[in-house]
Amino acid sequence: MPGAIELGLLYGLMALGVYLTFRILDFADLTVDGSFTTGAGLCALIITHGGNPVLATAAGFGGGLLAGMVTGLLNTMGKIHPLLAGILTQIALYSINLRIMGRANLPLLRATTVFTPLSDRALLGTLTSIVLFALVLALFVLAMNWFLSTNLGFAMRATGDNESMARANGINTNTTKIIGLALSNGLVAASGALIAQYQGYADISMGIGLIVAGLASVIIGTAIFSSSRVAVATAAVCFGSIIYRVIIQLALMVGLQPNDMKLVSAVIVVLALLIPRWGVFANVRARRRARNLPAEPDVTAPIEDRDPVSGLVKPGA
Amino acid sequence: MLDVVNIHKAFFPGTINEKVALAGVDLHLDEGDFCTVIGSNGAGKSTLLNTISGRYRPDGGAVKIDGQRVDRLPDYKVARHVARVFQDPMAGTAAHMTIEENLALALGRGTTRGLGPGITQAKRSFFRERLAVLEQGLEDRLTTKVGLLSGGQRQALSLVMATFSNPKMLLLDEHTAALDPQRAELITRLTRELVAEKGLTTLMVTHNMGQALRLGNKLIMMHEGRIILELGGEDKAAASVEDLMAEFDKIKGVQLSDRTLLA
Repeated sequence: MPGAIELGLLYGLMALGVYLTFRILDFADLTVDGSFTTGAGLCALIITHGGNPVLATAAGFGGGLLAGMVTGLLNTMGKIHPLLAGILTQIALYSINLRIMGRANLPLLRATTVFTPLSDRALLGTLTSIVLFALVLALFVLAMNWFLSTNLGFAMRATGDNESMARANGINTNTTKIIGLALSNGLVAASGALIAQYQGYADISMGIGLIVAGLASVIIGTAIFSSSRVAVATAAVCFGSIIYRVIIQLALMVGLQPNDMKLVSAVIVVLALLIPRWGVFANVRARRRARNLPAEPDVTAPIEDRDPVSGLVKPGA
Repeated sequence: MLDVVNIHKAFFPGTINEKVALAGVDLHLDEGDFCTVIGSNGAGKSTLLNTISGRYRPDGGAVKIDGQRVDRLPDYKVARHVARVFQDPMAGTAAHMTIEENLALALGRGTTRGLGPGITQAKRSFFRERLAVLEQGLEDRLTTKVGLLSGGQRQALSLVMATFSNPKMLLLDEHTAALDPQRAELITRLTRELVAEKGLTTLMVTHNMGQALRLGNKLIMMHEGRIILELGGEDKAAASVEDLMAEFDKIKGVQLSDRTLLA
């Protein structure tokens, strides 16, 4: 179980990235499946060539930035539908990732990684490593919260919330989308770089279906720690990531095969989406919503008061 | 200040659905002018506003603000100088952001948005001061999500957001039409006060002829993509709703005789 929590924390970075596109920009970005492997591949390549593991992880982040930028350009300049733009980048990245890695699997068995200091002291899988991972992830959460509270962060949130309002206030929504997608995929790729080092290899298929895990983390996290505050939601998706990995671990423990995990992932997301609408949960939500309803309902000008030909409202009507 | 020179705009040009929305509109506003726009549905009022704000690109003609052409700029660049309030109270604010976050977004109009803090104490006290003018109690609810406000409150907030960064132009597109009469009256009053305070050059579309006459120093009436009546200064002050209705009846008469001729 400590292993599942560690994985959850490492994948938490990916969940943060998915949160940025899916919830902040309101952009369902499928680039993730490709950029995760890009980060892992770049990092593994540099480490196998004797590079510094921290720099290698940073390089993975950089690769993700570029991948996200491509999706952003396709969507904004190319006016390609978000889903299609993401899929196009993702499929192109499959070939690029193979080029980067040179083959489908790149082992890191005896190489020095960012985790070597921990594994040398046999600290992986202990409370120490969990606390350490959590602290690092917390730094990223704080950085994300800070970013989303800056002027640029506000502009990005407005872009996802009400794009025409954002443009009417002078925000170049193309730029905010490209920056958001780049940052998001940078985080996803950094997560991929860490996972590759943690499990000791980069594999061409390690990103397949990963967007589902990302969405699951975001949906589970924000459903449990329901708050409309961004600073709470960023921490919540990290918890969502841990919960997701624990559920996967439990599924493995009851005898399901690793090959069944994609099915399990999909079922988890479906349940996370449906359960809040059923029974007790629905009542809780309805009550919560009722508390938040506006005090005064809006009234629309009655159409009968308008002159049928001119469409004008007569005074005193 | 604002020069609209012979602009044309058609939707679905060259198809059977072609609809000419603007058929050669000329309009000049001086600095500080407050011009109301009336006209029947489909007269091109909203298209005119959308063209000035850069959302639509005109098929021909030019839009100049302070002598600079803006009709080829993307809408977000025009928005540096032109603020808008829409008819739909939901359209002008970001529902999932708080009141102060929305105000901070609007305050950033015309600036490059970098990594400076979105909210500062200085901004907050400025927001409080500006919101107090509305007398809606919003100044004590800075961290409330805008989605929880009523339509009238959102419209009042939109007005403040549109005016407090001193845009060169203010465009109001039937911004009281979706509200009940009481709240519409309140927003109309606030509009008059805010525009007067800043001396903003304003173009306001309205369906309410009484409102069109009460507000501003200029009035234009549009029909089928053209300006068919322009009243300024004393002419406008002297005009009554009956006069405007008479003008509309004239158009109706023309249409009627056209139809009779065709029949």
